[in-house]
Amino acid sequence: MKRMRMNQAITMAIRDEMAADNSVVCYGEDVAEAGGVFKTSVGLLDEFGPLRVRDMPISEMAILGSAVGAATLGLRPVVEIMFVEFFGVCLDQIVTQAAKLRYLTNGAVTVPMVARASVGAGRGFSATHSQTCETWFMSSPGLKVVHVSDGASAYGLLRSAIRDDNPVVFLEPKTAYGTRSAVTIGEEGIIPLGQAAIKRAGTDVTMISLGQLVSSCIEAAEGLNQIGISVEVIDLQTLKPWDRPTIMESVARTKRAVIVEENPLTGGWGGDLASAIGSGLFGELAAPVHRVTTPDVPVPFSRELEFQFLPSVDYITAQVSELCQTNKVPDPWWRPYQ
Amino acid sequence: MAITDLEPNQEALARREAVRTNGLERYRRMVEIRAAEAKIREFHSAGQAWGTTHCADGQEAVAVGLAAAAKPTDSIWIAHRVHGLGLALGCSLESVFAENLGRQNGSVGGIGGSFHLTEISVGLIHSFTIIGTQLAQAVGGAYAAQVQGSEMVAIAQFGDGAVNIGVFHEALNLAKIWNVPVVFLLENNHYAEFTRVDRMTPIEPLASRAEAYDMPWSVLDVQDVNDVRDGLGEAIDRARSGGGPTLVEAITYRYLGHSRSDPAAYRPAQELEAWAERDPILVNGRHLVATGMATEGELARVTEEVDSTIEAAAEAALAGPPPELGAMFANVWAPDR
Repeated sequence: MKRMRMNQAITMAIRDEMAADNSVVCYGEDVAEAGGVFKTSVGLLDEFGPLRVRDMPISEMAILGSAVGAATLGLRPVVEIMFVEFFGVCLDQIVTQAAKLRYLTNGAVTVPMVARASVGAGRGFSATHSQTCETWFMSSPGLKVVHVSDGASAYGLLRSAIRDDNPVVFLEPKTAYGTRSAVTIGEEGIIPLGQAAIKRAGTDVTMISLGQLVSSCIEAAEGLNQIGISVEVIDLQTLKPWDRPTIMESVARTKRAVIVEENPLTGGWGGDLASAIGSGLFGELAAPVHRVTTPDVPVPFSRELEFQFLPSVDYITAQVSELCQTNKVPDPWWRPYQ
Repeated sequence: MAITDLEPNQEALARREAVRTNGLERYRRMVEIRAAEAKIREFHSAGQAWGTTHCADGQEAVAVGLAAAAKPTDSIWIAHRVHGLGLALGCSLESVFAENLGRQNGSVGGIGGSFHLTEISVGLIHSFTIIGTQLAQAVGGAYAAQVQGSEMVAIAQFGDGAVNIGVFHEALNLAKIWNVPVVFLLENNHYAEFTRVDRMTPIEPLASRAEAYDMPWSVLDVQDVNDVRDGLGEAIDRARSGGGPTLVEAITYRYLGHSRSDPAAYRPAQELEAWAERDPILVNGRHLVATGMATEGELARVTEEVDSTIEAAAEAALAGPPPELGAMFANVWAPDR
C-alpha cells in the first residue's frame, strides 16, 4: 500500500493495464506529451510510445468514435473526455454507438472501451464544467457507469473497467485529483465493477453516496455518532449496474436511507435508488427514503454560492439528524419543484 | 480480437469472392440487388414487413464496385441505405430479407430491422444509422490495424448528406494526422432525404472538401461497376501501402424516394429519365456484350435465374420464426471475460 494522489492512482491503473495487455491504448486531448490536464497520464508516453499513447485534437466525436471502432477491432482504448460536459458534443458515440453496437450486431462484436471524464463542482468552474451528468449514461442500456471517490477506488475500479468487455463511462471527481490517500497497487487492489463499498458500519441510518460526497458523508457520520446516531456509509462506486443486494441488506438493517447526491433533485440517480428501496422495503422502514441533492439550478460560480449549492458536511449532518429524530423527511434549504 | 470467434460464413465468403473475381457475377449481383429491393418493397406493401426501408435502386454499381475492390479481410462501415451494399459484400438474400421481416434468420437475428446488417466474415462490421457516425469508427478501426500491424484497410461508406455533419470533418482530420489506412467512400446520390445536395452544400465536387485536410481525393462520375472498383482500388491500395487516407466520391443516382413513405415529388422533370439511360445494369450489360464476355441471351438468363433465387430466398425468409423472447436480452452486455 502506498500513499498517493488520486491522479497518480489513475495513472498507475492505466499503466498497469497497458503493461499487462498490448491491446490497451490511451488517448485524449493533452494526454500524451502533457500527461493530461489533470495529470492522470504522466509518463505513459515515455513508457509505451506514441503508437499507444496519443494526443488528440479538440475533437470529441473523433475521440469517442475512433475508440468505438478500435474497440470493435480488438483494441481496448482508454480515452479521456476532459470534462463530462464535453460528452454533450459526442453523446451519439457513447450512448447510441458504443452502447448499442453489440446489441445491433446480434452479439458479433464487443466494444471494450473506457471513456474517462472529470466531474463535479467545487473548483470554481461554474455551470459548464462542474456537473456530474451521470444520468446521461445511466439510462442507456449497454453502458456501465462508474464514479470513484478516492485514489484506492480510482485505481481498483479503473483496472476493472479496462478489463471489462463492455463500454464503461468512468467518472472522476475533479476536487479529489490532488488528494492523497492509501492505495493498494497490483492485483489485490482491483475492485470489481458492480460492487458498493461499506465505508463505515452503522445501525440507525444508511447513507448512500458517490464521488466527492462520499468523504462528506463519512465526516458527517463521525459527527452524528457524537450525538448518538449510528450511520452506515455506502460508496456506491458503480452506478450502473448498482449493487442492489448491498444497499437492500444495509437499509433492511438500519430501516432508514438517505441518498446524498451531487445532482439536481429532478432526474438524479437517487430517484432510481429511492424507488427501489421504497418498493422493496415498504412497510419495514422507520422513515421515508430521503434524498439530499443540489438545488434544481445550474452550478453557480461565486465561491459562496458554489459551496452553498454543494451539500456540505453541516447540511448533510442536519438533514440526517432531523430525519432520524422525527422519522419525517426534512425540507431542503432551498424550495424544490419551483 | 474483440470480434467474437464466429465460424467463418462460407456462403458469404463465396458470394464475395464471386464479385471480386468474375465480371458476369458482378452483373448478376447488380440484377439481384435491384430485384431484392423490389421484393423488400413487396414485403411492405403486403404488410409482411413493418417500420420503414431505404432502397438504393440505381446505385448498384457503387455497392458491387466496393465489394469487388475491398478484400473480405478489410473492415467496412456503412450507412443506412443497406440492402444493396449488404448483398454486394456477401450477405445472403435470406438474411437481408429476414432482417427486414424481423425474423430470427435475419442478418442480426431480427433485432435491428431494415437498416441493420452485419456480416463479419466478409468485413461488414455494421450499418450505422446516425448520419456520419461510422466515419470516426472506421478511423478507429484503421488505427487498430496500425497498432496490430495488420494489412487491413478500413472503408467508411456514407452519403452526400453526411458531408455537413461535424463528425465528417473530425474523422477526416484525425485520419490525416494519424495517417491511418482508411478510405472514405462518399456515395453522392444527389439527395439527402428529400433535399437536393446543392441546396445544402455550397461546393462542388463534394470530395474537394478533402483539400482542407491535405488529403488525396477523387471523383468517380460513372455508373460503371468496374470503374468504381478500379477507382476505389487505387485508394485502397494507397491506404494499404501506408499512403494514408483518401476521400473518394462516387456519383450516382437514387431512383426512388428517401424511404418508403417518400414519393420523391421534389425531383425535377426528366432527371430520373436522364439517369436511367446510364443505369448501372444497362451500362455493365452493354460492356459485357461489347467485350464478348456475355451474350444478350446469357444476360437474359441471368435475370431469370435471379428471379427464381429471389423467390426461394423470400420463402425461406418468411418461413423464419420471429426472435425468441430471450433475444431481447441476449446481447445488451458482453459475457464476463
